Amino acid sequence: MPPLIETRNLRHVYHAGTADAVMALDGISLTVDRGEFVAIVGGNGSGKSTLAKHLNALLLPTEGEVFVDGMNTRDRGALWEIRQRVGMIFQNPDNQLVATVVEEDVAFGPENLGLPAAEIVARVDEALRVVEMAEYRQHEPHLLSGGQKQRVAIAGILAMRPQCLLLDEATTMLDPQGQREVMETIQRLNRDGVTVIHITHAMEEAVQCPRVIVLADGRVALDGPPAEVFSRVEELERFRLVLPPIPALAHRLRRDGLPIPEGILHVEELAGALTRLVAEGAGRGRAGDGTH
Amino acid sequence: MELTRYVTIGQYIPRESPVHRLDPRSKIAAVTVLTVAVFVVRDFSGYGLLTLFLLGVVLASQIPLGYLLRGLRPVLFLLLMTLVLNVFFSGIQGGTVLFQLGPVVATREAVLRAVFIGYRLVALVLVTSLLTFTTSPVQLTDGIERILRPFRRLGVPAHELAMMMTIALRFIPTLLEETEKIMKAQMARGAEFEHGNILRRARALVPVLVPLFVSAFRRADELALAMEARCYRGGEHRTRMKELRLAPRDAVALALTIAASFVFTIPYPTWQALLR
Ligand SMILES: Nc1ncnc2c1ncn2[C@@H]1O[C@H](COP(=O)(O)OP(=O)(O)OP(=O)(O)O)[C@@H](O)[C@H]1O
Ligand SMILES: [Mg+2]
Repeated sequence: MPPLIETRNLRHVYHAGTADAVMALDGISLTVDRGEFVAIVGGNGSGKSTLAKHLNALLLPTEGEVFVDGMNTRDRGALWEIRQRVGMIFQNPDNQLVATVVEEDVAFGPENLGLPAAEIVARVDEALRVVEMAEYRQHEPHLLSGGQKQRVAIAGILAMRPQCLLLDEATTMLDPQGQREVMETIQRLNRDGVTVIHITHAMEEAVQCPRVIVLADGRVALDGPPAEVFSRVEELERFRLVLPPIPALAHRLRRDGLPIPEGILHVEELAGALTRLVAEGAGRGRAGDGTH
Repeated sequence: MELTRYVTIGQYIPRESPVHRLDPRSKIAAVTVLTVAVFVVRDFSGYGLLTLFLLGVVLASQIPLGYLLRGLRPVLFLLLMTLVLNVFFSGIQGGTVLFQLGPVVATREAVLRAVFIGYRLVALVLVTSLLTFTTSPVQLTDGIERILRPFRRLGVPAHELAMMMTIALRFIPTLLEETEKIMKAQMARGAEFEHGNILRRARALVPVLVPLFVSAFRRADELALAMEARCYRGGEHRTRMKELRLAPRDAVALALTIAASFVFTIPYPTWQALLR
């Protein structure tokens, strides 16, 4: 089976051939397998949204190739299958809901796929249940909270039965409560087998993802598990990325001379390391010369 | 300031009434028939019967009468103007003078005509608000799309029109909220929207409208992208979760409305002859 998503030396130039040509993506090659949960981070203008739009053929490569489930995005015949497989959630929840009633909005995608009415009803039911918005099916979207709107948007995508959920800063405009709701929803979906690509500015969200890709100037700068990526402090600083709170604290302590191991991501790990340090220090203090 | 409270476009009151259950197409057709009737009827017997009929529909719809009458508020001024102008400046020569104040004369004929015209206005508003109160925006746009569908061959973009209406209805509250937010921000910086002459107030609106337009265009851009990402490609290939289906009750309701409208247009003298 081909990987779910594969880009080969993907280049994208906006306004190619004119005076204000912008090289937004500069040779991206990566693969995402089924079931993965990937965070994509990067500074403003690093090319995250441009990359996202390539993954469901909203944009076509200036150079290179993008494959979704083995289908080339340049193949016009595969366009609707590609968009059905990779569903995209955008940043502003208000600007992606089409209908005046929640259930009608969730039905929008399946209706576009030309499914029979009974099938659409079943899918809308299921999708709303999965995002825990079933009791809001008759509500007007503009009366919902940000997190609820974003969950309705996710339901609208789920109703198309995608293999991959692609979120472009879907949590950026939400309050902490809404961010938590969306994170929990996509984590749950991932456990049920949906591939998730989560573009985010929030490093504390990236830390929770098993794989983190850092984009800088349209290139993949780092790609690996968060423990590895967030220990490359100097590089991240060069890309003007702030470390997540716990790795940042661990790094500060290490820089101040404390022997704390690399790759610390969560509070518990840091607390454990510090406790061990204190215990060792106390042991040494009692045995040795008594300097603190 | 609550702009959202003043705008009642497409206001829908959900109820489990027989009027609510009718297919939107038959309701739109019935409203059209009644509108014609309102203009054709020309005497009190007709208007009396029409009023009774409308009251019956209101009762059946379970919409409180007060709600409907409140819908008249925006046209109250228009109504008053119509009455005054038609009574005093009717241009009717002669006739029975009811009262006279200097050069201003009110004749019996002019008063009658003013009352008829005023009644028509009220009846039209009531009939259309009955439609919007008992039909959800979704059903309304679906109904319009289905009514226009046969005209597609003549180049009428039925699906696109309905989609535009849906999106407009979806974004009216969003844009109103945004207007309110911008106005409040401008007021915090000392802008005056409620004082000064018209010119001044209009000028104060410029810094509100410019960001509003900019944001509306950005929203349109993003929405178009989101719709494409959800496989939208126009009306073709598209199915609907709730296909409209005409039921026997639709035929009954429409037949009743048409028959009743014919009865309303029977002139009073004919009634007299018939009843003798
Ligand atoms: N429609 C466009 N026309 C021209 N240039 C564009 C367009 N969209 C993006 N760019 C440019 O391409 C580069 C990458 O933009 P992109 O939106 O992909 O970045 P991003 O990582 O999503 O940034 P942000 O964090 O601000 O969302 C930027 O230099 C941007 O100015
Ligand atoms: Mg972006």
